Amino acid sequence: MELNEIIRPENRIYAKPALLNEAHMHYCPGCSHGVVHKLVAEVIEEMGAAEYSIGISPVGCAVFAYNYIDIDWLEAAHGRATAMATAVKRLMPDKLVFTYQGDGDFAAIGTCESIHACNRGENIAIIFINNAIYGMTGGQMAPTTLLGQPTATCPYGRRADLNGYPLSITPLLSQLDGTCYVTRQSVHTPGAVRKTRAALKRAFENSIACRGTSVVEVVSTCNSGWKMAPERANEWMVEHMFEKYPLGDLKVNDK
Amino acid sequence: MAKFRGAITVNEERCKGCNLCVAACPTGVLALQAREVNNRGYHYAYMANAEACIACMSCALVCPDACIEVYRVENK
Repeated sequence: MELNEIIRPENRIYAKPALLNEAHMHYCPGCSHGVVHKLVAEVIEEMGAAEYSIGISPVGCAVFAYNYIDIDWLEAAHGRATAMATAVKRLMPDKLVFTYQGDGDFAAIGTCESIHACNRGENIAIIFINNAIYGMTGGQMAPTTLLGQPTATCPYGRRADLNGYPLSITPLLSQLDGTCYVTRQSVHTPGAVRKTRAALKRAFENSIACRGTSVVEVVSTCNSGWKMAPERANEWMVEHMFEKYPLGDLKVNDK
Repeated sequence: MAKFRGAITVNEERCKGCNLCVAACPTGVLALQAREVNNRGYHYAYMANAEACIACMSCALVCPDACIEVYRVENK
């Protein structure tokens, strides 16, 4: 069979979601952000929620998320995305409201807002990209950086006596009464991408149905910050990150 | 013989040559261009071994820039 017999519109089973526009994404080659953007666009498109979705983009690498996904967006001050999402959801309770934050935004400068929004049980979905490093500013140590992991500001590896321990914030949030769905996923293999897609859909549905706060952590790579090729970064993530940040559902209480 | 025969198209200008699709493909269909580059200077992905494609969508799912479209027909 010739290729031009296969490549026909009626045979197409996968294509870029229409909500993800043609703008060229500024992320480094192989960055996990791109995959999660694609999944967010796919899920919102599938739910037919484009007209009533409001995303809150953070400060960090994902600061330009509003340039790539054609829904309504707000840009929050650093770390304050969950506080802004609280206001948006309370003023417009019928909207799908979600934040999209990295670990520097969600688990460092925004820890206070993140924990209290979850504790109040705001009806928002939180997408938390954890790559254990400050990507945008050049690969400095983050609270989530693993022990022994070298970064620009701890070139010989993070030390517990000097820098403290890596912060695993998602299990902490799962203990709060306000959260209804807390899960940790990844996007390094096709199977993991499918699972993350399902988790995002569930979190978005929880936001629309006002069941409480949903947190979807995506353990991600930062190949530029880690100074690795994209493939090697995925392997390194499996070898090192999953020990401290194991995948799976941490809390399912959204029925 | 595989149940499905597949083919993909790559949006060459959008591709950043990260090689994740090449690593994800279970049948070794994809490769990065050895010499050709797109307008941004990336060695984009292409079907080097088109006959082996089984339309599993692995490459498209892991692609961070959503450059890959997948087509599928049943093997008769």
